[in-house]
Amino acid sequence: MKVGILALQGDFIEHAHMLRRIGHESVEVRLPQHLDGLEALILPGGESTTFGRLATRYGLIEPLRRFIYSGKPVWGTCAGLIFLAKDVGRDQVTLGVMDIRVARNAFGRQVDSFVAPLNVKGLSGGPFTGVFIRAPVIESVAPHVEVLCTLADGTIVAARQDHMLATSFHPELTDDPRLHALFLGLQLPTADHAVF
Amino acid sequence: MSNEFIINAVSDVPHASPKANDRGNERREVGTDLLKRGLAQMLKGGVIMDVVTPDHARVAEQAGAVAVMALERVPADIRRQGGVARMSDPGLIQQIMEAVTIPVMAKCRIGHFVEARILEAIGVDYIDESEVLTPADEEHHVDKRDFKVPFVCGARNLGEALRRINEGAAMIRSKGEAGTGDVVEAVRHARAILGEINRLKTMKREEMFAYAKEIGAPFHLVEETADLGRLPVVLFAAGGIATPADAALMMHLGVDGVFVGSGIFKSGDPAARAQAIVQATTYYNDFKILAEVSKNLGEPMVGINVSSLPAEHKLAGRGW
Repeated sequence: MKVGILALQGDFIEHAHMLRRIGHESVEVRLPQHLDGLEALILPGGESTTFGRLATRYGLIEPLRRFIYSGKPVWGTCAGLIFLAKDVGRDQVTLGVMDIRVARNAFGRQVDSFVAPLNVKGLSGGPFTGVFIRAPVIESVAPHVEVLCTLADGTIVAARQDHMLATSFHPELTDDPRLHALFLGLQLPTADHAVF
Repeated sequence: MSNEFIINAVSDVPHASPKANDRGNERREVGTDLLKRGLAQMLKGGVIMDVVTPDHARVAEQAGAVAVMALERVPADIRRQGGVARMSDPGLIQQIMEAVTIPVMAKCRIGHFVEARILEAIGVDYIDESEVLTPADEEHHVDKRDFKVPFVCGARNLGEALRRINEGAAMIRSKGEAGTGDVVEAVRHARAILGEINRLKTMKREEMFAYAKEIGAPFHLVEETADLGRLPVVLFAAGGIATPADAALMMHLGVDGVFVGSGIFKSGDPAARAQAIVQATTYYNDFKILAEVSKNLGEPMVGINVSSLPAEHKLAGRGW
């Protein structure tokens, strides 16, 4: 599977390493033509305001939207989640493709960043290590968006809308490739999950 | 309730270090190396800009900076005005923190762990234990392992970088020669660090023991660096970067991102230059884009040729 990773800035190399571990090569996406021939796309962690600025300047916003609307799988982690969201509660450029409302830096500043075990729906093999770094949360989702993971207090930290996946945390910073495998559909035999 | 009780209660709170909070039902770990180093991972491929006012900070954020360094004076002014350079007023740093949503860093003096605790207390996202400020301790750096907030430190070579990582630094930057607009020292330090890592990669295990001793670095970090083929933490360039081409040059040498100090707000058109340097850092490999973004930026900062600087005016020699 030919997977693109938005490489304007952030931890795109960590996603590439994780994909390689499970047998997939990836390409870095910095300009619209880099999307040609891709079958899936990851939006990594980083600074969402920087993504917005550079994506606007280099004409990536519409090509990225078209790519996602064509039904190809896309996954945003942390800043990538913010970049997918329709509503981030402030004036900021995003792709606006996922029907979620997001709050940025929802846990506070860096000293409030944390690691916690998570139970992610559809993921077998026990808890997943959630790495939350100045992380956003999903404040609310539209009815057709499926919540995949919440913290004990009910805060939504992962969700899926059709072929779009969003996580507040950073699976690419762990050594656990299960979510990357889930994203690429490697462990999903049923037709119900084939959209991944 | 007596005052004594309150004092005891406060002193019972352990000083940072990795610990778990129970909130809700899950166990949350905070202040771990993964989290400290992880924030630096998020800054990679980006530009961190020195700012002295909330307005500067907003200009930097609008231009696409991934973080700002909150300061009272940029290095060029520290250099010109002389005197003792200290941690900035926490009130100013807080105003800058309120002005932007991107991470805010601030500097403490080398070895000044109380300045560092104050910066941690106001919630800055990263502390730069910096040679740009006047050192408070000529022998010891801050024990950075004991803090919840991550630290970035300057280095001129691999030994210095690994000593700082051993003390708990979660990110390394070249020292360069801050406030000069002359990139030569940043190039020297980046080439030294990355060149020494290349040497390590081909070294036999038994040679590494002597090498660790030679560069004054702990063996376990020398070994880890050799196995990884890179530093165990993110490496940025800093000190003298003034143009988009400077930033792209440093990215080509193999650093993960750049700090720009005086180069932006001491130039003729800070907003345009800030945007251009951000673009040059992302598209460092595309020379047509570099040519485009380098056009019409107005006056660069007035530089100081490092080779004309007397040794006692060089900042990079501070730190041990």
